[in-house]
Amino acid sequence: MAPPTKRRTGHSKKAQFSAFTGYLVAGIGVLVGAGLLLLSVWKPNAMASLRAEATDLTVPAGKAGATVRSDSQGVIESVAGYFDAANKNARLKREMEEARVRLVEAKAVEAENARLKALLGLREEEVKPVAFARLIGSSSASTRRFAYLSAGSDDGVKPGMPIRSPMGLVGRVLEVGDGSSRVMLLTDTASMVPVRRNTDNVVAFAEGRADGTLRLRLINLGINPLKKGDVFVTSGAGGIFRPGIAVAVVEKVTHDGALALPLANPAATIHVAVDPVWVPQAADVVAQPAPGGPQ
Amino acid sequence: MMAEHRKGARMSSTHRDSFGKTINRDHSVILAHAVPLLTILLGSLTPMLPLIASGPVMPPFGFMFLLAWRIVRPGLMPPWIGLPLGAFDDLFSGQPFGNAILLWSIAMLAMDAIEARFPWRSFWQDWATASGMIAAYLVLGALVAGGNFEPQRFLLLIPQLAFSILLFPIVGRIVAFFDRVRLFRIKVIG
Repeated sequence: MAPPTKRRTGHSKKAQFSAFTGYLVAGIGVLVGAGLLLLSVWKPNAMASLRAEATDLTVPAGKAGATVRSDSQGVIESVAGYFDAANKNARLKREMEEARVRLVEAKAVEAENARLKALLGLREEEVKPVAFARLIGSSSASTRRFAYLSAGSDDGVKPGMPIRSPMGLVGRVLEVGDGSSRVMLLTDTASMVPVRRNTDNVVAFAEGRADGTLRLRLINLGINPLKKGDVFVTSGAGGIFRPGIAVAVVEKVTHDGALALPLANPAATIHVAVDPVWVPQAADVVAQPAPGGPQ
Repeated sequence: MMAEHRKGARMSSTHRDSFGKTINRDHSVILAHAVPLLTILLGSLTPMLPLIASGPVMPPFGFMFLLAWRIVRPGLMPPWIGLPLGAFDDLFSGQPFGNAILLWSIAMLAMDAIEARFPWRSFWQDWATASGMIAAYLVLGALVAGGNFEPQRFLLLIPQLAFSILLFPIVGRIVAFFDRVRLFRIKVIG
């Protein structure tokens, strides 16, 4: 099929001008796009308020979608549950017995903790979440890993605040609108979380790889002490994330660290809690734009 | 005699064609121009779907709808449409602002150039053109996305690219359906 020959404008001056102007504006569009792109790369937060307002407008639809998602997941899970009920039953019984043993151990540790803290005169401080919200969307077509959250500055959310689910850390708030905010997930390539092994003090950085996994980079190089199945929690270094939030479990050991899977899979997370920044002074540091940092 | 017969045939078809009633009705200018724009804007809103992806998995629907409309109806949208539509896409896509404005504007100009060079098109040529455009769009998008750049990120794009290319003819079908909706005669004359 041949295209209509719209570009052959003939002798009509009006048609000639409108074709010319069309291409002129298209050329200007290219230049404007290139300029804005350079601006965004240079100052990542330049368009934050515009983006936040646009996201605010779509929040009602997003919330409705998130409700449908949580309901439909329930239906699928309950249907799928029938197919491996016997296996699951046996496995759960075994896990139950293991868990009982662990529970006794944990109680012992708890008692010891209480005793030691009493000795030190420390007070037990419970961190109260700023807000509870839903993840309503994500940058699913981009190589960056951002998610949209259904709570914003009206709910007290501020940039830098950690987002966690009952399973562990999900990410941190990047940009805040009135009723929505943009979250940088752990798996984003610009995300870097200071972590330590839960059993000892092997410290590392958990970097996102944009494909749902994390790379653990050990800070002390030497013999790699990691094993498959090691669990990493936040170390509290940097002051944004409070210590002891579960982050990832080691999947594959590499020469300078390991590849790990995040414990809180955002795809399976519906409700998340927004925590306050652990050390408030860190929020000021986060608010400053870092060159080449997250956007 | 012939004329009489033809007139009879038309009368018996109850004055309808695939765009609705033919008597006393006309195409709506608003509908004819709003439907393409709305489908592209809706395509750009796919990040607000409740899918929290662990990697780049979704095809760039906004861009694919733009390409499909450009292929199904050349000349319907002006060459500068990438500027406003791209700006809207940038608000939600997670890419740095300006990414879609730049790439969509270039795509519209490139489609014009390809059309001028190969005017006699076929299904396979259109699909190949669109596939090339989508591949270039995803690779360039990954390059400017920011974050810590690693070469293996290009391997990440392969499933998304394959999915997008396979889905493109279906997007073309959807656009063809909306093209019929767009030209439905709803305006009452007289």
